[in-house]
Amino acid sequence: MRFRLSYFVIITSILLFAYFYSQNSIVTSSVVFTAIPFALPLALAAMVGVMCERTGIVNIGIEGTMLVSAFTAFFLGAILKNISAGLFVGIMTGVLVGLLLSVMTITWKMDQIIAGVIINIMAAGITSFLYRQNYSIPSTFTPIDIPVIGDIPVVGPIISNHGPITYLGIIFIFGLWVALYKTPWGLRSRSVGEHPSSADTAGVSVVRLRYINVTIAGAVGGLAGSYLALEAVGIFERGFTAGKGFTALAIMIFGRWNPLGAFAAALFFGLSQAVTNQLMIDEVVQIPQQFVTMLPYVLTILILAISAGKVRPPAAEGIPYEKEKV
Amino acid sequence: MTNLLDVEGLSKRFGTVQANQEISLSVKPGEIVALLGENGAGKSTLVKAVIGLVKPDSGTIRVKGQELPYGDTAGAIARGIGMVHQHFQLVPVMSVTENLVLGDEPTRFGFIQMQKARRETTELSKKYGLAIDGDAIIEDLPVGMAQRVEILKALRRDVSLLILDEPTAVLTPQETDELLEVLRNLAKKGVGILFITHKLREVMAIADRVVVLRNGKLVGTTTPKESSESQLAQMMVGREVVLHVEKGPGHPTGAALEVRELEVLDDRKLEAVKGLSLQVKAGEILGIAGVEGNGQRELVEAICGMRNRRRGTVLVAGKEVPNLKPHEVHAAGVAHIPEDRERHGLVASYSISDNLVLNQFDQEPYAKGWIRDLDAVARNGEELVKRYDIRTTSASAPASSLSGGNKQKTVVARELSQDLPVVVAAQPTRGVDVGSIEFIHKQLISARDRGAAVLLVSAELDEILSLSDRVAVLYGGKIVATFDSKNANRDEIGRLMAGSQGSRS
Repeated sequence: MRFRLSYFVIITSILLFAYFYSQNSIVTSSVVFTAIPFALPLALAAMVGVMCERTGIVNIGIEGTMLVSAFTAFFLGAILKNISAGLFVGIMTGVLVGLLLSVMTITWKMDQIIAGVIINIMAAGITSFLYRQNYSIPSTFTPIDIPVIGDIPVVGPIISNHGPITYLGIIFIFGLWVALYKTPWGLRSRSVGEHPSSADTAGVSVVRLRYINVTIAGAVGGLAGSYLALEAVGIFERGFTAGKGFTALAIMIFGRWNPLGAFAAALFFGLSQAVTNQLMIDEVVQIPQQFVTMLPYVLTILILAISAGKVRPPAAEGIPYEKEKV
Repeated sequence: MTNLLDVEGLSKRFGTVQANQEISLSVKPGEIVALLGENGAGKSTLVKAVIGLVKPDSGTIRVKGQELPYGDTAGAIARGIGMVHQHFQLVPVMSVTENLVLGDEPTRFGFIQMQKARRETTELSKKYGLAIDGDAIIEDLPVGMAQRVEILKALRRDVSLLILDEPTAVLTPQETDELLEVLRNLAKKGVGILFITHKLREVMAIADRVVVLRNGKLVGTTTPKESSESQLAQMMVGREVVLHVEKGPGHPTGAALEVRELEVLDDRKLEAVKGLSLQVKAGEILGIAGVEGNGQRELVEAICGMRNRRRGTVLVAGKEVPNLKPHEVHAAGVAHIPEDRERHGLVASYSISDNLVLNQFDQEPYAKGWIRDLDAVARNGEELVKRYDIRTTSASAPASSLSGGNKQKTVVARELSQDLPVVVAAQPTRGVDVGSIEFIHKQLISARDRGAAVLLVSAELDEILSLSDRVAVLYGGKIVATFDSKNANRDEIGRLMAGSQGSRS
């Protein structure tokens, strides 16, 4: 069932793309090209969710992680006049937030939803309070024209000429998929998220693995935030992440906690946004701007409504691990 | 020959409970040691201390002469101790092979070699004669198979001492026999086996030596040859126990419970009960024998209104009882001791008193109009706690604070104290200690003697044979034979349970 559905989506997408490409190749390529920057922060944020939930920790603090990382990445980048330094600081901020979440949920065994809410509120508060106007970074990360691949007809112009974080992110997503399904780390992580006492009795430290994964996930959240501030937009505003961290959770569910599934779901989101934008620019449809900004949220609700009850989250998700209860 | 395991003077206290007190024990290679004791006697704590899942307060644990540090699970595994847990330590959504290699995966360049792991699984299952499909997903496997995976998981790490915590609690009689055979073969290969149980039959069948625990203390060591089931039971409980249920002849009268042409679907929407009819007379116990998964659960749930009856009727005293309305079925006079007391029998966070009126809290005398009479509930609670010997500090303590046997006694107290004309008891003594089993059996018989119709469903054939006046064999959702218990033959019933045709009486 699952495979048939995904094949259907892929084939339909290719056919649609071919049709529009034959109608107007330039506009079609550019629409698909812009889908990627829309999709990437969602995809990376969804990876944060995948990494955490696969080991059994619910992370609804992705939004806050991205916001505070975007903040530190932007302002440090601006103050030091060095966006690479900004990127480093952004990722390290994510690591710290990840560690905070780990301490709260793994060591203190706090309710994981509340821990996530704390992170989100703290992030919104701190970034609003410390926000200052009139700062700017020297430049955003510049697009890379990939030599050979960029020259491939049709596909080349779409996948080439994105910024470095985009490529880093995409490589990470594929890497995460391989790691999750093909390495001991992945098998252990998944078993910790499904049935932690099995892992424990097999000599795998549940606490250690959860700490590692939530912290690395924090770094990925930092990368997503830094991407927004330093590569996609180049500025920082209050409430800058605009709910992407929450949308990412829907994407993660839609992608069935699978990195590639979530990536595909994020691309679908990005594409729908790119298409709507294009329709607005062409004035094909005349709808108020507000409805366009609503689109990601409406899609989120639709997706959750469609997939609710049909998907199966990791079984141990949200439950602190108690060793003596084996 | 050095002992595989030497435990000396091991003690462990949980809060105010002394779970283990100065316990010493040893296991030699190729020896099967049974660790016998009631629930709460400290058996699990002892073996968990050995494998490092519990840190003892004092005492030494030596494996092959080498002392083992406290709480070192990885160290215990590395020295060849394997454990088959009571609650399977398997990841349900993963394959057999994945579960086997978890924590010790064969890798090349950092990637798991799934091919090699699969080959290992096949070799392992051949070597020990435990057939299993390496690609099967755990949650699709029957319990007995899942347990094989648990055993293989331990064997894969070259165990010299295999510890099994209540391995037969979840098994059918056939699966139990298979398991005992497997254990015997392992012992022949030189593996030491420490086997926790409270089932005397298994101890007598397999153990070389029996170590009995009671209230955290070691009360004795013996061998099956030197002792008998009743002696062991006495050591375990601390007083004389009647193993054979004493019951007078029944005095059945008219049909109190009648099931006609019942058809019920299981959770997977497959037909589990296929046009089943039965009759239980007032004043008799009808035992349903059968291997689990042949429609027992669906039958009981359909009678009690917890599962849809697709076709057919259930009558109590000649009157049809409504479908899918458990409360009205109870009101019609059906007491139900459910198979899963944790899920369907009790609300763990409610007090024992509240649990004792769960199905009549809104009726006189426990409620007056809209308002509950908490005094009446408390009085009832205290009285039943005394009458049914529920071991607790207070009737107002939450049900979750009770041990398994006392939880079950609470359910039995609620259902049987109301003197309802029909009693449906599903696995009434599953996971319950010997003392409580004896008590529950007596209660069921006294329910019969006061004229109730008792439908008893159990996976324990011995329980069925000793309690029932008539025995019906359930196979594939149908009753394939019914015997008068005086004429019942264990072997023939066993064959019928396994699906072979027999003579109908």
